Amino acid sequence: MNDHMFALGARAVAPSRRSFLIGATAAGASLLVGFSAEAAAPDGAAKTAVNPFAAYVKIAPDETVTIYSSQMDMGQGIYFGLATLVQEELDADWSKVTVVGAAGDPALYGNLTIGGAAQFTGGSTGTASSWTRYRQAGATARAMLVAAAAAKWGVPAGEITAQDGMLRHASGKSATYGAMAAAAATGQVPGKIGLKPAKDWKYIGNETLRRYDSRAKSTGRQDFTIDLRLPDMLTAIMIHPPRFGATLKSFDGSKAKAMKGVVDVVATPRGVAVVATGMWEAMRARDAVTIDWDESKAETRSSHEIAAAYRAAADKGAGDVAVNAGDVDAAFAKAAKVMEATYEFPYLAHAALEPINAVARMNADGTLEIWGGHQMPGIHQFVASKVAGIAPEKVALHVKKTGGGFGRRASTDADIIVEVVSIGKAIGWKAPVKLQWTREDDMRAGRYRPAFVHRMRAALDDKGNLVALRDSLVGQSISKGSAFEKMLVHGGVDALSVEGVSNQPYAIPNVRVDLTTVESPVTVLWWRSVGSTHTAYALETFIDEIAHAAGKDPIEYRLAMLKDKPRHAAVLRLAAEKAGWGSPAPQGRFRGVAVAESFHSYVAQVVELSVDKSGRPKVHRVVCAVDSGISVNPDQVRAQMEGGIGFGLGAILKSQLTLDRGRIVEGNFDGYDVSRIDDMPVVEVHMIKSEAAPSGVGEPGVPPIGPAVANAYFQATGKRVRMLPFSRKENS
Amino acid sequence: MRIVLNGQPREIDADPDKPLLWVLRDDLGLTGAKFGCGQALCGACTVHIDGEPARACQTRIADVAGRNVVTIEGVSGKVAEIVQATWTKLDVPQCGYCQSGQVMSAINLLSANRKPTDQDIDAAMTGVICRCNTYHRIRAAIHEAAKLLGA
Repeated sequence: MNDHMFALGARAVAPSRRSFLIGATAAGASLLVGFSAEAAAPDGAAKTAVNPFAAYVKIAPDETVTIYSSQMDMGQGIYFGLATLVQEELDADWSKVTVVGAAGDPALYGNLTIGGAAQFTGGSTGTASSWTRYRQAGATARAMLVAAAAAKWGVPAGEITAQDGMLRHASGKSATYGAMAAAAATGQVPGKIGLKPAKDWKYIGNETLRRYDSRAKSTGRQDFTIDLRLPDMLTAIMIHPPRFGATLKSFDGSKAKAMKGVVDVVATPRGVAVVATGMWEAMRARDAVTIDWDESKAETRSSHEIAAAYRAAADKGAGDVAVNAGDVDAAFAKAAKVMEATYEFPYLAHAALEPINAVARMNADGTLEIWGGHQMPGIHQFVASKVAGIAPEKVALHVKKTGGGFGRRASTDADIIVEVVSIGKAIGWKAPVKLQWTREDDMRAGRYRPAFVHRMRAALDDKGNLVALRDSLVGQSISKGSAFEKMLVHGGVDALSVEGVSNQPYAIPNVRVDLTTVESPVTVLWWRSVGSTHTAYALETFIDEIAHAAGKDPIEYRLAMLKDKPRHAAVLRLAAEKAGWGSPAPQGRFRGVAVAESFHSYVAQVVELSVDKSGRPKVHRVVCAVDSGISVNPDQVRAQMEGGIGFGLGAILKSQLTLDRGRIVEGNFDGYDVSRIDDMPVVEVHMIKSEAAPSGVGEPGVPPIGPAVANAYFQATGKRVRMLPFSRKENS
Repeated sequence: MRIVLNGQPREIDADPDKPLLWVLRDDLGLTGAKFGCGQALCGACTVHIDGEPARACQTRIADVAGRNVVTIEGVSGKVAEIVQATWTKLDVPQCGYCQSGQVMSAINLLSANRKPTDQDIDAAMTGVICRCNTYHRIRAAIHEAAKLLGA
């Protein structure tokens, strides 16, 4: 299987207005984009007979099979997953299968986990959204190939076999898929088609089927948006406001414009852009631009002031109620023991290694092409059309594989698109423009995992049973003010702020969760595993603390409260068994455990760590048990667990963004520390054998690692780390 | 100025202060070395200069005049072949963006040390960030490559 995505060219389809009701209003300098999931749900897009040859699979006379992916591949391997699903039913010649990104028609590519309202990659929904759709596409294509052969050969369709890209009949007649494709594509689309039962699967769950892009990625041949070169292309960089909420008053680019290689210095709704012949020429001219910012509405506080305000609000606990089960106040009033803990989580950058970028070209025929990591293509297409002043149908998106993402490329305001199209327009579209952020732009221009404070309280009875739990959260909302508000914010509570604790799994008779949503000009966004990045840490370390206070084994204590949660209990038991829980840890090492459900997958992790003389933890081994339903590509489930563990580990040990009078202090990997190879433990992944439909794996590896490490650290030191990251001076 | 790039002499016409990375990427179209930080903090732009690993983003083009520069596009030899083969066999890459830097660094390590320990690997590879956190497989692939090189 190969992956010549750029050579083939990704396909853009005219958007369907019927199914993607989108509205926009100009609000200050930026566009607010809205769509309504309910209103936009396509009328049975998944049910009606879509011609797979037009929508999902192209079979060329040269036998190449091109699959159009609704999902962007940022490293999670979803192209491989979708190819596997199509292949299971189509049974093409696997070596000829290619996947490209498709964009533009939510009726075909809308994410089915939200009813197909919009196309997006995220929330670890790629496989779940595609599970039926892409197998159906493969099966339908196969049936149409068989029907075409049957008609041509004058034999019953039931006597024809289709395998490895060949159609065969007992009479000796045979044809390749490529030879039959043209006839098949124009045939009748069968209305209803059966899918193979699990016992007949050849490709799903097959460990010998390997990811196909490893060779290109090991030899420098995988191309990304940053590598794109178009004739006469210019490179632009941005100068963003130094403080969040500031806007451009005026600028003087004349000195910069006089520098070698600089073509123009232009204003955009999000700052000033330097346009040059190359990246270095643009970067070199940046400091020569003088800018006057209007900071009257800007954030001017520092991190410690923000944290103090959050803590005060959490102590009050007067936020919007997310959960109120039983009678929490009465339970606390008669508790034998009350425990309290306050947790503090910093802003985090995604820091995907390929800094944010996009390439735009206005063609002579009035079409605008944009190459990039189009994680939410509908929004990108719409915003591009608004900024360019052209119809959405004139915007063609080319979806590129990206150097990581972790949520950052699913920006709800299409920031990079606003910028690149504004720049192109400002220079009169005289040349294609590549907009490339620097690392400092990526760290300082916002869209962070929001900072959060949790104030947790527990009431125990005289036997140590947990009878009541309260969690008061304080933080910014990701969804408010975005296209997702209607879908995700109810009664003032953004589901993404409280997920992980609002649906906490333990059988606790009285639970109250309240949320104080804070407004700030600092922009926030989903960051790999979203709310569970902080809720799982607070909940799972607090439960550990409670178990310890009750004198119980932390796994036994959890299992006693998970009698109605068999999938949580099963991963917990499996991780414990494989880690040798109950037997002594190796000399100088200490164990900790945590379990979390996120994105409908269940993950438990047991950590083994040691602590050096300076108090720094070193994680040696992580045993991970995961139930994500059927594993389409088992080695990719493994890879996502390994990666999620490393990603989460670096964040809780070392990563934080801090504000100094409204400015982000950290600008690069010196100040913003992330996991490196010497932080990485040995990881053992064990999958629960399941017949449930596949659920997410991109994010669910992240939530348990932080609390598992913190719980092991407590075993080693007697200290509870409640202010993240571990490296904060307050923890030493 | 003149450099030897991937075995071929090349005449370079560039501002002497221009970083090697941008000469390679923007002027010569060799995009295998990646831009990740611009400050020699992430290792995505790692190339070999006279056989030693170097961060192209912080190397002035004037400083490589007359020297041998090898990028991921031109790296060759038994060690390189085995490293790239084990990388592929173990499906090390996820997004793949850092992997040019990882592979170039691993080739250097194994060229100097045919049997690296975990500590040797950490020391040689810690400067190359992988945000997908494929480190677990990077370590396994280096051990596997060492085994094949010793055989």
